Amino acid sequence: MSYDVPIAPGETPDEISVEGPQSTAWPLWEVFMRPKRGLSHTHCGSLHAPDAESAILNARDAYTRLGDTASLWVVPSTHIHASSDPTSMFDPADDKPYRHPTFFEIPDEVGQL
Amino acid sequence: MTVATTTNTLVGLLVRHADDNTILCQRLGEYVSGAPELEEDLAVANVALDHVGVAMHLYEYAAELDGGEASMDNYAMLRSEREFTNALLVEQPNVDFAHVVARGFFFDVYQTLLWAQLSASTDERLAGIAARAFKEATYHLRHSRAWMLRLGDGTAESHRRVQAAVDAVWRFTGELFVAVDADSELVAEGIGADVAALKPEFDRIVDATLEEATLVRPSDPYQATGGRSGMHTEHLGHLLAEMQWMQRTYPGATW
Amino acid sequence: MAVEHQVQFDRTIEADEKIEPRDWMPDGYRSTLIRQIAQHAHSEVIGMQPEANWITRAPTLLRKAILIAKVQDEAGHGLYLYSATETLGISRDELQEMLHSGRQKYSSIFNYPTLSWADIGAIGWLVDGAAIVNQIMLQGTSYGPYSRAMVRICKEESFHARQGYAILMALAKGTDEQKAMLQDAIDRWWWPSLMMFGPHDSDSTHTEQSMEWKIKRISNDDLRQMYVDQTVPQAHYLGCSVPDPDLHFDEESGHWNFGAIDWDEFWTVVKGNGPMNRERINHKTKVWDDGAWVREAAVAYAEKQASRSTKIA
Repeated sequence: MSYDVPIAPGETPDEISVEGPQSTAWPLWEVFMRPKRGLSHTHCGSLHAPDAESAILNARDAYTRLGDTASLWVVPSTHIHASSDPTSMFDPADDKPYRHPTFFEIPDEVGQL
Repeated sequence: MTVATTTNTLVGLLVRHADDNTILCQRLGEYVSGAPELEEDLAVANVALDHVGVAMHLYEYAAELDGGEASMDNYAMLRSEREFTNALLVEQPNVDFAHVVARGFFFDVYQTLLWAQLSASTDERLAGIAARAFKEATYHLRHSRAWMLRLGDGTAESHRRVQAAVDAVWRFTGELFVAVDADSELVAEGIGADVAALKPEFDRIVDATLEEATLVRPSDPYQATGGRSGMHTEHLGHLLAEMQWMQRTYPGATW
Repeated sequence: MAVEHQVQFDRTIEADEKIEPRDWMPDGYRSTLIRQIAQHAHSEVIGMQPEANWITRAPTLLRKAILIAKVQDEAGHGLYLYSATETLGISRDELQEMLHSGRQKYSSIFNYPTLSWADIGAIGWLVDGAAIVNQIMLQGTSYGPYSRAMVRICKEESFHARQGYAILMALAKGTDEQKAMLQDAIDRWWWPSLMMFGPHDSDSTHTEQSMEWKIKRISNDDLRQMYVDQTVPQAHYLGCSVPDPDLHFDEESGHWNFGAIDWDEFWTVVKGNGPMNRERINHKTKVWDDGAWVREAAVAYAEKQASRSTKIA
């Protein structure tokens, strides 16, 4: 099945503007889920909700239907601050190989380190 | 009807509660893909699913006690209006989101109290079904109560609509707490719930919620009853006509 | 700078790594994704209607429960996909508006009516079956949020096709009326299901670029052939035929060769003149408009609560 619904002969493709009008809808929330105790919460998607209480309830209905969840966090999407420009942010770690344990050669007879 | 008639009063109790859940599931089933936002469609479907799940457990147990040709689908699909013993509240139509919320809220408060009590039933199987249903009902109540507050204390229009819905369904709430004569022995044995005793707590939760939602508790003292003895509003017949259509049209077929 | 970005983008695609929301991407990549993921989301949401049409009439409580769970999944999948589209910088409201006004479309398969209980089985088996073939491929798509949504959806959806086929197996073992209902459903859903894969590769204007960007990993015709090969024996297992006199197994290639698709019908439905196009959009728009006061109330209440808590503080 293709979700790429084709443009019918004689029709013009719709122009999509990504800087459209500000939405007046329910705000967007990011959902983080802990699959089971002992693991971290990981991002699983987003949803719309008018407030935190309904964001939690909606997240439960939307993201936990297979019953594989121990805990949920919801955070207003506007409160997520992201790093930018992966090159300047993360490349410097490339030349610190000594942060990785395999950098150090230890003789076998030393035992577990 | 092909369901064996029985003198077992526990069957009556199980079927009555299962009928409540079946009929409300049916109403909510009509509303799936009709909610005001996608997230709410998920919530409505979720509640409907919980209700049909509980109904299936209860009917299944009843059928085992009933023996003969009884089966959960025979209870749901082959009994007539006069044989259904659901409360009048759950058969009331959806009308709009405010009605769905108000009807759900009153029913959720009732069921939370009911299942809490039945989870201590001396009948272990019933207690087990009730314990699970209690968890679900607690969640339903959290959801419907939150919407009562949002609609009641939201905009002028939402306030007006939810007050109208409360006024419309209020007269069907009293029936939930009218003891059924046939239950008296079950209650005495600790199997059934004393529903009349749940009323004060119901009133307390309802009053607190209505107040916080800036809504007024209807003053009309009239309370309709009859559902428990099969005297329904005209809505039920149409609901059953749709729900039972397949089984009535193709008698004896397996699906 | 732009050149550097393009090089970085090409390198990421080339290395089979994922593009993520904050990465630079060509405008065409962004708009192709918005269009495709949104249409995928719209398909899930509009697809609730033909199935919800049978929730109240499901023949047993168990079938009713399964159907509600399935329709709920479609809503959830619509939500994941809108969520993925929103990472591209467009709001769900805008996407909905484009759906309601007809500027964006959804899979044409949902413009056909569900006329019998067998149609619910046929949708699960044929329509979800086709969707799964496509969605398994899309797990490997190059845009991270779309790929992750697909992984989640495939995991949840694995029961959809099976429940549909189970409905049909019950009919195949049933009365003559049930068998007739079954064959009729296959007769009506077969060709529209094949059309779901879109125009032939030779007529598909987007395919080449989408394949280069690795949005799409397998072409329409290849997917369609995979689908036919897996589905024809399943129809036979039910004791049914598919409505194609030209269908035959080609020993040499090991594939089922099928007859010509009626592309006139396809374009008619895509353009909005299928049996249910207007009903689907009218329902969707009506529900949205009827729900406006609810959404407004929730926002108003949240604002009141926020200002109350500030006052207390």
